[in-house]
Amino acid sequence: MANPAALTEVDAASLAVSLRAVTKVYDSGVAALGPLDLDVRKGEFVSLLGPSGCGKSTALRLIAGLGAPTSGSVGVARRSAEMRGAHGIGFVFQEPTLMPWTSVRENVRLPLKLAHAPTGEANMRVDQALAQVGLAEFSDAYPRELSGGMKMRVSLARALVTDPDILLMDEPFAALDEITRFRLNNDLLALWRNLRKTVIFVTHSVFESVYLSQRVIVMTSRPGRFSAEIRIDAAEPRGEEFRTSADYAGYCREVSTALAPSYSGQPGS
Amino acid sequence: MSSLQTPPLSARQAGPERGGQRLVRILLPIVVLAAGVAAWELVVRLNDIPPYVLPGPIAVFGTLISDWPALSQSLLTTLQTTLEGFVAAAIGGVALALLFNQSKWLEYSLFPYAVILQVTPVIAIAPLLLIYLPQQTAVIVCAWIVAFFPVLSNTTLGLNSVDRNLAGLFQLYGASRMQTLAYLKLPSALPFILGGLRIAGGLSLIGAVVAEIAAGSAGAGSGLAYRIAESGYRLDIPKMFAALLLLSAAGIVIYGLLALISHLVLQRWHESALGKEN
Repeated sequence: MANPAALTEVDAASLAVSLRAVTKVYDSGVAALGPLDLDVRKGEFVSLLGPSGCGKSTALRLIAGLGAPTSGSVGVARRSAEMRGAHGIGFVFQEPTLMPWTSVRENVRLPLKLAHAPTGEANMRVDQALAQVGLAEFSDAYPRELSGGMKMRVSLARALVTDPDILLMDEPFAALDEITRFRLNNDLLALWRNLRKTVIFVTHSVFESVYLSQRVIVMTSRPGRFSAEIRIDAAEPRGEEFRTSADYAGYCREVSTALAPSYSGQPGS
Repeated sequence: MSSLQTPPLSARQAGPERGGQRLVRILLPIVVLAAGVAAWELVVRLNDIPPYVLPGPIAVFGTLISDWPALSQSLLTTLQTTLEGFVAAAIGGVALALLFNQSKWLEYSLFPYAVILQVTPVIAIAPLLLIYLPQQTAVIVCAWIVAFFPVLSNTTLGLNSVDRNLAGLFQLYGASRMQTLAYLKLPSALPFILGGLRIAGGLSLIGAVVAEIAAGSAGAGSGLAYRIAESGYRLDIPKMFAALLLLSAAGIVIYGLLALISHLVLQRWHESALGKEN
């Protein structure tokens, strides 16, 4: 977990995540991040958008507690009563990051197993998480038998199995083909509407960030800073009609314009 | 051969082609072996070579059958030594690698000695071991010295090859050291460990043979290598060949068994054990 001195409980009851003047300097002396300030409300869907190497993933890892900030504070809302096997944060990596030596079911069960959750309850929650991502009948398959999109669904089920309040996603669909990505986008939106999780979604796709989020935060690189914030006020629930609407195109143009300075000065862009 | 001119249009068409190739791969070595044995017998007969210089394969087989009671006893002795050395090497190699993985200090202190043990020829260490240890123990220690290093180095490599994101995941969910070891590091290292064991199987047979020869010249022992040395003194060349044949067969069986175990353990998930069509 992060440096305890940098961890403060968020007192404002409505906030899920709160970063204050967070910086990250790597041992090599490279300033990767910040200073950053960020508040994410409970139940909000926020995208961090920026070029490769702008520190989006670093920011996400700091929120997850994978590594401590060099300065500043990372506040994450904790549950008052932690139930066994429950974990406040679910993390979906860019790669599916599955254990190849065991079945889909055992992969999804991992967070509960590590928390010593009782078997009966764990079985129930694994079944539920697999059903949520539409993989109920693939529970005995091995990861190598699945397509890229299905592996990502397993990864998502594993993040959901602890019923987390906050879902952190690090370019989860970047390696998928466009059709699969659209389907997973729609499924993710449906899950978010039903489960009301807080989602922080890292991506380098303008179109994906606009389609999914309530708020797009644009980042610049070296060190990573927030350069713009765009609210996407579209009617819910969003679907294919939103993807083809003039509103969507307008938002995409606005976000692209805000993103352009991040790429200026970079060769080949 | 026809596939060179017309590449298969689909995977289904490639099926029988591959089956034919497989048959060729099994048949060819057998044909070569039969031809070699026939040539050997022919050379011995045509030149009237006496059996104390070079026995023909028929004479060797004859000895194998007539001396079977003594030879099989020796085979069992050698196999037992090999097995004990192999088990010691497997346990010792994996355990040392786990210790090194848990403590860098231990690794820095002890790893150079593991290398020294590995690079010093065991045939030179065996006579010393026979002085300080009871003979049976010395023979097993020899087998262990030769065989443990590939297990140690392969397991170490495997433990260090854990997927970085998976390690992050375990950290995120607050896995303990033991949980990380049991659920992440050991399964990740398994293909490497099995590769190490495959090498160790053959090496422990070599270690056992070397120690038996060293011990045999000291006047005791009853393993296959001792039979070879003893028959050499008595110019019983057919028996030397018969014992050698058994040693060779033992080596092949050990390798085959370990390869089979490795395949059975990994077949559902590891690239090395998957069919090529995937």
